[in-house]
Amino acid sequence: MATDAPPPSKTEHRLPSTEEFVAVQESAEFGELRRSYRSFAFPLTVAFIAWYLLFVLLSSYAGDFMGTKLFGNVNVALGLGLAQFLTTFLIAWWTARHAADRLDPKAEAIKSRMEGGA
Amino acid sequence: MSPAITHVHLAAGEASEHRPLIITLFAVFVAATLVITVWAGRQTKDAADFYAGGRQFTAFQNGLAVSGDYMSAASFLGIAGAIALFGYDGFLYSIGFLVAWLVALLLVAEPLRNSGRYTMGDVLAYRMRQRPVRTAAGTSTIVVSIFYLLAQMAGAGVLVSLLLGITSDGGKIGIVALVGVLMIVYVTIGGMKGTTWVQMVKAVLLIAGALLLTFLVLLKFHFNISDLLGSAADNSGKGSAFLEPGLKYGATGTTKLDFISLGIALVLGTAGLPHILIRFYTVPTAKAARKSVIWAIGLIGAFYLMTLALGFGAAALIKPDEIIASNKAGNTAAPLLALHLGGVDSNWGAILLATISAVAFATILAVVAGLTLASSSSFAHDIYANVIKKGTATEKQELGAARWATVGIGAVSIVLGALARDLNVAGLVALAFAVAASANLPTILYSLFWKRFTTSGALWSIYGGLVTAVGLVLFSPVVSGKPTSMFPDVDFHWFPLENPGIISIPVGFLLGVVGTLLSKETPDSGKYAELEVRSLTGTGAH
Repeated sequence: MATDAPPPSKTEHRLPSTEEFVAVQESAEFGELRRSYRSFAFPLTVAFIAWYLLFVLLSSYAGDFMGTKLFGNVNVALGLGLAQFLTTFLIAWWTARHAADRLDPKAEAIKSRMEGGA
Repeated sequence: MSPAITHVHLAAGEASEHRPLIITLFAVFVAATLVITVWAGRQTKDAADFYAGGRQFTAFQNGLAVSGDYMSAASFLGIAGAIALFGYDGFLYSIGFLVAWLVALLLVAEPLRNSGRYTMGDVLAYRMRQRPVRTAAGTSTIVVSIFYLLAQMAGAGVLVSLLLGITSDGGKIGIVALVGVLMIVYVTIGGMKGTTWVQMVKAVLLIAGALLLTFLVLLKFHFNISDLLGSAADNSGKGSAFLEPGLKYGATGTTKLDFISLGIALVLGTAGLPHILIRFYTVPTAKAARKSVIWAIGLIGAFYLMTLALGFGAAALIKPDEIIASNKAGNTAAPLLALHLGGVDSNWGAILLATISAVAFATILAVVAGLTLASSSSFAHDIYANVIKKGTATEKQELGAARWATVGIGAVSIVLGALARDLNVAGLVALAFAVAASANLPTILYSLFWKRFTTSGALWSIYGGLVTAVGLVLFSPVVSGKPTSMFPDVDFHWFPLENPGIISIPVGFLLGVVGTLLSKETPDSGKYAELEVRSLTGTGAH
């Protein structure tokens, strides 16, 4: 990682002007980057918060259901708790993949063009 | 932690014999971290070094340090203890603490790294009028950090006193003062670089300690999880209810609502905690910030799974009376478990107890250092440099202010920590999360994603969220009206819940919208273009 970039605090990138930022913000390329980011991150955030709240509500108000034995002494409550861990790990992995495949190349292209001083 | 500790069974009994060993291990850790701090201090030359550790840490290093900052004594001792006493309900904490990281991963870490420099205030004030927004951001950073700090300091006093068998008031105050002085030294000399290395060392020790205990617990039960759970349920005296929700929060409609409030605060608080947010500035790129969050999710998740084994292990192997006698809130369950796993009358037991106690102490020291750095950075960079000096301060003046702020915050924490040493401070960590979620998170999200958001929206949201959260706690049973309150002898509470999140978080989000819609101010669309392009692409990032 450390070799990815020169010491950022010590290197002065060419800082684009506000007009350039506005032009990029309105460009189709940036619009696509924003769409790929938001259409992934926003629904996923709503989904995992809903799933977590469902779990919290079940823990509070559905004691009998949560106490149902799955196997041995492991019940639904523990199973769902562990499922929260599992989904958290999966979402983290999925986010990393989505960002590397769909976001990083677009972001880097825009950044290098803007800082390159076109 | 717990109210006045009247039973000091562990301290008076087993622990005092092991005192020399525990003290030696504490001393080794303190000496090692001081060496690291001095070494890091020599390499700290400019503001980027002091505030952001030179931005040259790798994603894995920062992931470890983030985990170190996050896994406070409250998570190690508190969650293991809560599971040991309340079974399943203790486990609920760790789920909220972990899931919360997804908010940071998906919405906050990368944009923050791309658009800020040293503090949370950098991002909040990016496209707003600097002085009022930075004042607000600095205020909420310091309030959140002090609440969190106070809980850790008072906890340190209680824990270390207990483990070392120090019961006198003077001894407890001495320990709080020692923790305070050490954290001032770590931060003023080592800055972010030193603090980051201390976090990493601590995270490795904590994870290694938890791994060892988990392995020993599982070995006792021949790696049969179902047996472990069954023994825990039997030994707890509560039967299968121990493995179901409800022992702690299921009593009444109010406690259930309180649990939901806590759950919301936990899941939305993490991404608004300033001492966590500034960690993302220590890596060179947003990509590295993302990878450090992913490492942190893996490490913290694994750690919480281990606390499950520790908590149920303690419940299965130690009589509940013994755990409660040692500390009413169960905070010493993990060290007690170490003693029992090694053998109560054997040297192994003594060594394990001493090791786990030293790890717990290391945990507290590292977390207080991280919190102090977050608040002194925000004071120096947001309030001193940009509000008081209006951006004319030299880097040297700014860093001088940061160091003096550290001494000041350290002194305040020593005094407050000493005063709070016998108070119930469990509510304070949850309160810090609630304040972070009510005052900081809405403004971070609106700033980054809502074009129309204005300065007055930011101010309404930060101050409104802050005042609502702190105000509700002031009038809650945490402060007065119950035997477990801070002031049990008076009663001025009218808010029934201990955690304000269920009210204060929606209020924080709502006020951001109301403040924006009511103001006549036109948002600076050029600045928003800069912020948006920069936050998604890293163009012009420091």
